[in-house]
Amino acid sequence: MLERLQNNRNALGLLFMLPAAVLLLLFLTYPLGLGVWLGFTDAKVGRGGEWVGLENYEFLWGDSVTRLALFNTLFYTVVASVLKFVFGLWLALLLNRNIRLKSFFRAVILLPYIVPTALSAIAFWWIYDSQFSIISWVLVKLGLIDRYIDFLGEPWNARISTIVANVWRGVPFVAITLLAGLQTISPSYYEASAIDGATPWQQFRYVTLPLLTPIIAVVMTFSVLFTFTDFQLIYVLTRGGPLNATHLMATLSFQRAISGGALGEGAAIAIAMVPFLLAAIMFSYFGLQRRAWQQGGKD
Amino acid sequence: MSDDTHINPAGMGYLESPLRKALTVYLPLGGFLFVLLFPFYWMAITSFKPNNELLSREGNPFWVNSPTLAHINKLLFETSYPQWMWNTLLVSVVSTFASLAASVFAAYAIERLRFSGARHVGLAIFLAYLVPPSILFIPLASVVFQLGVFDSRLALMLTYPTFLIPFCTWLLMGYFRTIPQELEECALIDGATRWQILTRIVLPLAVPGLISAGIFAFTLSWNEFIYALTFVSSSEIKTVPVGVVTELVEGDVYHWGSLMAGALLGSIPVAIIYSFFVEYYVSGMTGSVKE
Repeated sequence: MLERLQNNRNALGLLFMLPAAVLLLLFLTYPLGLGVWLGFTDAKVGRGGEWVGLENYEFLWGDSVTRLALFNTLFYTVVASVLKFVFGLWLALLLNRNIRLKSFFRAVILLPYIVPTALSAIAFWWIYDSQFSIISWVLVKLGLIDRYIDFLGEPWNARISTIVANVWRGVPFVAITLLAGLQTISPSYYEASAIDGATPWQQFRYVTLPLLTPIIAVVMTFSVLFTFTDFQLIYVLTRGGPLNATHLMATLSFQRAISGGALGEGAAIAIAMVPFLLAAIMFSYFGLQRRAWQQGGKD
Repeated sequence: MSDDTHINPAGMGYLESPLRKALTVYLPLGGFLFVLLFPFYWMAITSFKPNNELLSREGNPFWVNSPTLAHINKLLFETSYPQWMWNTLLVSVVSTFASLAASVFAAYAIERLRFSGARHVGLAIFLAYLVPPSILFIPLASVVFQLGVFDSRLALMLTYPTFLIPFCTWLLMGYFRTIPQELEECALIDGATRWQILTRIVLPLAVPGLISAGIFAFTLSWNEFIYALTFVSSSEIKTVPVGVVTELVEGDVYHWGSLMAGALLGSIPVAIIYSFFVEYYVSGMTGSVKE
């Protein structure tokens, strides 16, 4: 029996997959299905729900707070992702230069990414404090403003402030990954283009950028995915306020389901994020196909 | 910031003048470094500032005139902070090791046993990694409740592997692929069992991969917020990120010193682990997105 199992790839494969499969099916696949179902019910905390069809979605579509949260989420994702890309690429290009203390820079720059977001968000909370903000202090001393800025108390200030904190946390990931991509580009391309008289800008535009595109696609897909579903930064900094100006889909879903007890409604908000995520994943999948990345290249 | 940023990088920038390089490379790099590290400095300095310095617009806020340990004392002896640290450590270590074990088997099966459907399972694992916790936490809360583990450390140890296993498996698949197939074939011909091959040949060669997967898993668990916020409500079983956010900020008066000390102390363990293994971390991170 044991002997046969030894020699049968399929049986052995199944056995090896068992621990991971059981955990993932029970705590990922099943809840995912359950979430879809809950979105069609009027479940509350502590009591199972009845099937109500599309009622949750119809209600949410007419709900001004949900619409605002959708707008905020898209705004937050687009602006933060673009900024993370621009600063990340810039930082990667700087780190790819012939510089001193390269590994030191590379190591230190990743710190914002590894430290728990909730804890660094608390630091930003203090940096953004309406009365003792260090940013306001510096700007006042420089004579640029005469009143302390209410970073988290005004809708647009709060949106921008949360985006800044998100970009701060996300830039290292983009930069380090793009740096890895840059290092795979052979110097001979640059030498050849330099001989042909290309300017640095032309080299960047016609050598670096095209060769970096596949890795940019992958990194930005991850970046968009995690920004779109962000929760903790908003929860810590503003809890969705002021006047719901910074509510994202995820924080609204938490507020309705856990704080408000409307499980079905919260689940519907969470599930409403799925189409956007699928779009991002499809984008990534075709990006991967093109590069014969991880999955491919083995058969 | 170090003075090295102003030293003439003689002999390195052979294509451009040192001044130009200082302006286009070291100046922006210094700017990035300042912005990325300033919040940590601010956290640290706030932790040691007495309240009268904290809540004052006078003087130089960038330095501490009379440093105090009062905030850290308060945090360690008047709050449940040490308990949160212990919980976070326990949950992170257990879920990291459980996920690593499950991932080693899964990655080996997908990458090396190549059972029928291995490719599809590999793709499913990748897709599982893309499922964000913020769309899972509501139904997962009811699963946790039905299993009777709500409000316990076990709830976190069971649910964290959902995002750790896909990531570790994915990373380990890449590492296993770099180990020459011939080694295993020779061992098979010599009569070694799959178990022997895995433990005596593949795992020793995959140690760097195991280390980077382990550090990633540990930092991801230490970081986790939404599950810990939703599945645990008693103060004595909260994790550091949730404890600091939900228990130290209650009321109208914010104890900024203790809050910052809590954020700083909670960041130190991951920073230390990371600093020891930074090369593994970086190579794991970049290895997970490129071939």
